[in-house]
Amino acid sequence: MDFVKPTIEYSQLWPMLVVYGVACAGVVIEAFVPRALRFGVQTVLAALGLVVALGGTIWVGSNLDELGGGVARGAIDVEGTIVVDGPTVFLWGIILVFAIGGVLLFAERRLEGGVSAFAGQAAALPGTEAERLASTRGLEHTEVYPLMMFAVGGMMLFPAANDLLTLFVALEVLSLPLYLLCGLARRRRLLSQEAALKYFLLGAFSSAFFAYGVALVYGFAGSMGFAEINEAVRNDTDNGVLLLIGLGMVSVGLLFKVGAAPFHSWTPDVYQGAPTPVTAFMAAGTKIAAFGAMLRLYYVAFGSDRWSWQPMLWVIAILTMVVGAVLAVVQTDMKRLLAYSSVAHTGFLLTGVLGVQQASELSDGQVTSLQAVLFYLATYGFAIIGAFAVVTLVRDSGGEATTFARWQGLGRRSPLVAGLFAFFLLSMAGIPLTAGFVGKWAVFTVALSAGAWPVVIAAIVCSIIAVFFYVRVIVLMFFVDGDAADGELAVVTRPSLLTSGTILVGVAATLVLGIVPGPVLDLAANAGQFVR
Amino acid sequence: MYALQGGESIPVVDPSSADGVFALLWLVVALPLAGAAILLVGGKYTDRWGHLLGTLLPIGSFVISLVMFISVLGRDDSDRQVMQHLYTWIEAGHLNVGMDLLYDPLSALFLLLITGVGSLIHIYSIGYMAHDPRRRRFFGYLNLFVAAMLMLVLSENYLGLFLGWEGVGLASYLLIGFWQHKPSAAAAAKKAFVINRVGDMGLSLAIMMFFVLFGSTSFSVISSAAGNASETQMTVLGLLLLLAACGKSAQFPLQAWLLDAMEGPTPVSALIHAATMVTAGVYLIVRSNFVFELAPNAQTVVIVIAGISILWGAWIGCAKDDIKKALAGSTMSQIGYMMLGAGLGVAGYAFAIFHLLTHGFFKANMFLGAGSVMHGMDDDVDMRHYGAIRKAMPITFLTFAMGYLAIIGFPGFSGFWSKDKIIEVALTQNIVVGLVALLGAGVTGFYMTRLMLMTFFTEKRWSKGVHPHESPAVMTGPLVVLAALSVLGGIMLAGEWIVDFLQPVTGVSEHEDPPIPVLAVSAIAVVVVAIGVAVAWFVFGRHAVPREAPRDVSFVTRAGREEVYGNQINDTLVVNPSRHLTSGLLVTDKRVVDGVLTGGPVAIGAIATIARRAQNGFVRSYALSLLGGALIVVLALLAVNLT
Repeated sequence: MDFVKPTIEYSQLWPMLVVYGVACAGVVIEAFVPRALRFGVQTVLAALGLVVALGGTIWVGSNLDELGGGVARGAIDVEGTIVVDGPTVFLWGIILVFAIGGVLLFAERRLEGGVSAFAGQAAALPGTEAERLASTRGLEHTEVYPLMMFAVGGMMLFPAANDLLTLFVALEVLSLPLYLLCGLARRRRLLSQEAALKYFLLGAFSSAFFAYGVALVYGFAGSMGFAEINEAVRNDTDNGVLLLIGLGMVSVGLLFKVGAAPFHSWTPDVYQGAPTPVTAFMAAGTKIAAFGAMLRLYYVAFGSDRWSWQPMLWVIAILTMVVGAVLAVVQTDMKRLLAYSSVAHTGFLLTGVLGVQQASELSDGQVTSLQAVLFYLATYGFAIIGAFAVVTLVRDSGGEATTFARWQGLGRRSPLVAGLFAFFLLSMAGIPLTAGFVGKWAVFTVALSAGAWPVVIAAIVCSIIAVFFYVRVIVLMFFVDGDAADGELAVVTRPSLLTSGTILVGVAATLVLGIVPGPVLDLAANAGQFVR
Repeated sequence: MYALQGGESIPVVDPSSADGVFALLWLVVALPLAGAAILLVGGKYTDRWGHLLGTLLPIGSFVISLVMFISVLGRDDSDRQVMQHLYTWIEAGHLNVGMDLLYDPLSALFLLLITGVGSLIHIYSIGYMAHDPRRRRFFGYLNLFVAAMLMLVLSENYLGLFLGWEGVGLASYLLIGFWQHKPSAAAAAKKAFVINRVGDMGLSLAIMMFFVLFGSTSFSVISSAAGNASETQMTVLGLLLLLAACGKSAQFPLQAWLLDAMEGPTPVSALIHAATMVTAGVYLIVRSNFVFELAPNAQTVVIVIAGISILWGAWIGCAKDDIKKALAGSTMSQIGYMMLGAGLGVAGYAFAIFHLLTHGFFKANMFLGAGSVMHGMDDDVDMRHYGAIRKAMPITFLTFAMGYLAIIGFPGFSGFWSKDKIIEVALTQNIVVGLVALLGAGVTGFYMTRLMLMTFFTEKRWSKGVHPHESPAVMTGPLVVLAALSVLGGIMLAGEWIVDFLQPVTGVSEHEDPPIPVLAVSAIAVVVVAIGVAVAWFVFGRHAVPREAPRDVSFVTRAGREEVYGNQINDTLVVNPSRHLTSGLLVTDKRVVDGVLTGGPVAIGAIATIARRAQNGFVRSYALSLLGGALIVVLALLAVNLT
């Protein structure tokens, strides 16, 4: 058997390679740079790497080849395993923007009085002398930066993967560092470690489904490549069962990552237990990457067999929205509330996935599913990362105060921060003149054009329930007098420029995308179709 | 312009671009919006002059509206629609939603009502809220409301209208709950919010459906393409819009929030819950005439809902002892008349708007009058504690009396002309509907006379230490202006002016004569009202009114006091089932999945091991739900595809 040297299109892949390079360099730094310098070097390196990658992404995006008369732009690289096309570049862009926000939140040290939000020494058992020692010596884990960079790399590879094997590798590359990061909280370490273990166990469990599904699809199609699978699906004659079981199992893996019901059960525990900067980063990043991958898988590999998977997604979408919205109503912890709301948003995004895919099937003036989902992801990312960043500021003597009782009357004590938080919530609720409204509007209309009106009605009912619980939080902050009898009330700690910058960018983006969403919608529209 | 059956036609929205004074259109919205921003962001630095600024800006909007109104009067019928493009809100590919403002005869009248009555209420509030430490914030919210309401009536597309629609909802929520230290106010605000969301759901669905059917949400695009849609589609659209209108305008079955909303400060009840916001539903239906004219079934439903609301609201108005709640019941009933007019189609639109305007005058007048009474009675709202106030507060009494005569339809007063026209058109089209409208007029005479007698006449029943006194001039001034408008508002009908003026929006109707002569209709209406007034006088004017509400009352009174059991119906049909659903889901999420595992189905040994290692009771159930979900996904896929 001849071994052919693969051609690798570095000119298009280099933004991703920069991220992996920085990640590897970070590991080396851990080994060689003195402890005192590590924090600074790692932070600057990670931030620089992400900025360079973002610049590179923009450059790559503006130099994509047009295909099929402008319907799509991009190319299939690395012997058909990776696609760098319009949607990929758009997703890379927003993933990198939110990753930069993540680095800024990771590097915040003022809130904990000079140390980061991560455990001083993760190996020290909670409550032991070793832990106390680590904390008095001011130790901290700077390994979080390389871990995060690996996760970002995985997130970039995930939506670009053009065969099932690459998809699986990307899934693991993005997940493993996140499992670790979730367990590294400085405060409430048992909760954090429990969350990490749960996430890991369930993630491994769902990966097993995914891998088995990959095997079955391979058995059906005789190939891992999306284009070949699509060909096989189109010419399908008899082996339908194999394909369907495989498709179902692959879907389970992806639906788990996006947190769709009934695969959502990890979300609240993990969002609550993980250090809040990690929650902020992964709530935005993982969802974007996984939806990107899901769109490509469904539209490219199984696109010609849409009616086999759409009914299943209808049910999942409705279930996800109902579970997310209804259970959010009874939450009493801010991070859990945001987690359930993120489940509901997954449902809204799935509604968008159900929409019309081909521009040719649309009447004038309508956006495609892909554009709608891409735009929604951008709006959601800004709101959720901003909201979690605000959560890191609201603290009492025990660290972050996430229970509702502590948030009472926050609007009186810190009107600005509470106002910003309320604004993020209003955007998630989809109130007009915020980004969330335009996003919801886009995904609901594409689904309606595709005839999925039962899903859209469910979505509208759920978004109304959702408004209710968001407004409940606003009422709690502004209209309820803080009663010290219930225990200590949280106050807002003044953050450094890193966190406040992240929050302000989130607010600005949410506002701008609500009032003049045109440019970003255009960007999503220019991303065009997937390259097949 | 579409021709409809019977020689009627509805016009297409086709505005010209804004020039001259109309270039200032954006300022009408921008002024109060700027006021809201300055007062709410400026914080306590604006405390000293905030209320003055907050009053001046709506007056500025009023002046611009007035100038535009005068100049539009000088234009031809065909040239009375003006559009101003501010900027493109949403644009992607061909999807294009502009921030466009439309000024036409319909929005012209609304502009005058909102900014005119709004300014008067702002002036009144300077006095009414003088001792409230949060007065500046109150004016900020009021300005926000005015801006949102103006956006609602000025937008050229449904999405902009929705923006205003949500905006007035938000402002209303903030203002109902303004006295947040009262738990009842907070609860009322929440209730209004929740019920309104049901209506909003109808509007958002309708907007999306417009978009899918017509590829646009602009009035001009939809109205010119409306003929292409099928009647079924138009009926669905009409019903969705009606649902939205019912929520905002407190019509059956979404009426329950309006009475509770009276927890807000009285100027709010006058401005938002009587004169302007609650009429937004009527505006929506008249504005969407191109939908309703093509959906006769939806129009029938509008008429039925309107008829029920007329009687339901009047019933409540008869039994309530709280002066504001009695007025609120009356508002629901009067909006029923407007909805009835709107449901009657081309022949009724103009009269619906006419009644909306006159109602705006006399109801705002009476609410402010009630506020003035409360001001003198130490914020007591129970009419059983009033009596003989006319001597202590002569100006309030006289102005209130003008509103009273207008609402019962005393010949010559504004309400007489507007209600009479609706009854006449209703009688022409359907005798049953006409009779319902007539009956409503009689009941109106009854409950308003009851209110009038219990408050201003009969003997003193004041609580100890209460010394009613006339309100300051800053409060009585607006009362006098509104009283004058309540008397003279009928002038708009002179020479059918309002019908002609609105014709570019509402269309030309074929005039049909009612089954009996017009004069006879008026005479019958007056007689029916007189009977209502007389009955009230016999019941309340000739006997002493007990200070405590009697308990041994008929079912009719009890039901009226309970708001015709609207809350109980909501609880039984909606609130309790959803509460059960939520707790059910919670239980399923937490216990059932876990319980199934403890029950011990096979093939999960591995998970049990994982669970032991995790030393946690839940991860196993999560994994089980994951497994179950996977099974369902695969089985569902197979079931759907292999059957």
